[in-house]
Amino acid sequence: MSCWETLADYALRSVGIGERLLPRSDFTICQQVVLIGSGMIWNVYFGVLALCSGFFLATAVALGKASHSVWLRKPSEWFIFIFRGSPLFIQFFFAYFLFLSLKQVAPIFTPFTSAWAGALVVLFLNTAAYSGEIFYGALLSIPKGDTEAADAYGFSGWARFRRIIWPTMLRLAWPAYTNEAIFLFHATTLVFFSGFPAQQQRGDALYYANYFADKTFNPFIPYPILAGYFILLTLLLIGLFGLVNRRLNRHLPRERRAKVRFRPNVIR
Amino acid sequence: MFSYCADPDTLSGLTWLSCYLTTGKHMAFYVSFGTVLLLLAITAPTALLFGFGGAAAARARFFPLRWVGKAYISVVRGVPDIAFFLFFVIALDQGFEWLRHKVKCPDWDQPIRQGSDFVVCDAAKLPLGNAAQWVHETYGFFLAVLTFAIVFGAFAANVLFGAMRAVPHAQLETAEAYGMTQRQTFWRILVPQMWVYALPGLSNLWMVLIKATPLLFLLGVEDIVYWARELGGTKTPRFTDYPHGDWRMWYFLVLLIFYLAFTRVSEVVLDRVMKKLTHGQATAGGEAQRKAA
Repeated sequence: MSCWETLADYALRSVGIGERLLPRSDFTICQQVVLIGSGMIWNVYFGVLALCSGFFLATAVALGKASHSVWLRKPSEWFIFIFRGSPLFIQFFFAYFLFLSLKQVAPIFTPFTSAWAGALVVLFLNTAAYSGEIFYGALLSIPKGDTEAADAYGFSGWARFRRIIWPTMLRLAWPAYTNEAIFLFHATTLVFFSGFPAQQQRGDALYYANYFADKTFNPFIPYPILAGYFILLTLLLIGLFGLVNRRLNRHLPRERRAKVRFRPNVIR
Repeated sequence: MFSYCADPDTLSGLTWLSCYLTTGKHMAFYVSFGTVLLLLAITAPTALLFGFGGAAAARARFFPLRWVGKAYISVVRGVPDIAFFLFFVIALDQGFEWLRHKVKCPDWDQPIRQGSDFVVCDAAKLPLGNAAQWVHETYGFFLAVLTFAIVFGAFAANVLFGAMRAVPHAQLETAEAYGMTQRQTFWRILVPQMWVYALPGLSNLWMVLIKATPLLFLLGVEDIVYWARELGGTKTPRFTDYPHGDWRMWYFLVLLIFYLAFTRVSEVVLDRVMKKLTHGQATAGGEAQRKAA
C-alpha cells in the first residue's frame, strides 16, 4: 500500500471519514505519521474552540476579581481557585462522571458524555480560569497615568473600558497569554486518557501515538512524530500570537514593545 | 473492621457507610493517597538534584558539558507534557533491559526487535519473570519516580539556572578578590545566595508537580485515580456485600477536594518560607519588609 493510499484512507480517520479499521500489523512510518496527524484535528478543535470561548469568560472573570463588589469578587476568586488549584486530569474525570449522572436525570446532557462537547466544556472553564488570573494580574498593573488620562479626557463606563482599560490589559497580558494558549493545546492531549471514550477509535494525536506504541512496543517512533507535530503547532501559535502582539503594541516606541517569549510549562 | 459489619445486608444509614468506608479495598484506596505523597516526597528532592546538576552543567566552562546541560533543559521543556511521561516509562524500561541484556547475555545472536516484539534473554528481564508481585509494583513505582524526576528536573534546572544568574555579580567578584577558587566561589557564595531567587520558580514548580501526580495512573501505578474508578463503579449484590450505583462522580469529587486542599496548604506554607528567606536580602521583597518593620 503506497503512502498516498494511506493518506486517502486515514487522513480524516479521527473524524470518522475513510477506512474504519486501524492498521493492525506491519506498521509503516507513513501510517503512523498520517494517523497521528489525523488525530491532531481533535487537538486543534479543542484548543481553538476552548481558547476563543474562554477568552470572553476570562475577561469577565478578571473584571469580577478586580471588582469592588463582594458578590462579583468572591465567585470569581473561587472559580479561579477551583480550576487552578486542582489537576486538569481530575477535572476531566469528575466532569465526565458528573455528566454521566446528569444524563440519567435529564437527557439533554447526553452529548456532554462524549468528548467533543464534555471535554470542551472542561477545557473552556479551565482556560478561562488560567487566563482570567493572567488578565487580572495585567489589570492590576495598568499604569495609573493611563486611567487618569482617560478620566481627564472624560472617558467613563463602557467607552473607558473598551478604549483604554481593555487594550492596555491585553497588551500587558499578551506574552503570558501566549504561553497559556500553548499549554492549552498541550493539555488537549489529556482528553482521551481521562474517562471520555474515543468512540470507534476516533481519538486525538496522543491516542494514536499511544496506540502505535502499545502495538509495536516501540516508543521511539510514534512519540517523536507526535512531538514534531506539537512543535509545529507551537511555532504556528507563536507566529499568530506574535502578529496580534505587534498590533497591540503598534502605538509604542520600538524599544518599549513587549516581546513574546516562549516559556513552556508542564501539566496543569 | 467494626464488629457490627459482619452482616452488611441488615445495616443502613451511617452504620452502613462506616462499614462500607472501612472495607479492605477502601483501605487500599487510603493507602494510595500515601503513594501519592511518597511519590512527591521522593520526586521533589530527586528532581531538585537533577535540576541542580542540569543547571551546574549548563553554566560549566567545559563546553561539551555545557551543551549537555543546555540540551537537557531545552529538549524536555520543548516537548508536550504527557507524551513525555508515556514515552519515558517504556523507553526507560527498554533501556534498562537492553543494558542488562548486553551485560548478561553477550552471546545472544538474535535481534532484540523482532517485528512488534522486544525480546531480551530471560536473565535480563526486569523485574525477573519469577519475581514477587511487590517487586513488580516497586519497579513500576521506581520507573514513575525516575520519569517524574527527569521531566521536572529539567524545569528545576531552568529555574536554578536563572537563579544562579540573578545572584549579584559583585558578590562573585568580591569572592574572587578574596582569592577564592572557582569551586569555592560556587559552593560558598553562589549556591547559598541563589535560593531566594529560585524560590518563586521552585514553588510554582511544586504546585505543578502536585497537580501532575494523578498522571501516575497513566504510568500504570495503582494510585488514587485507579482506586477511585475501581471503587466508584456500579457494584451488584452478586459480587460484593455493599452494592451501590455509579458513585465515581463522588469519588472524584473527593479527589478534587483533596488536591484543592493540598495546593492551598502548600501555597500558605510557601508564602511563609518566602517571607523568611527574603528577610534581610537586598531584593525588592526584603526592602519592603525592612520598610514595613
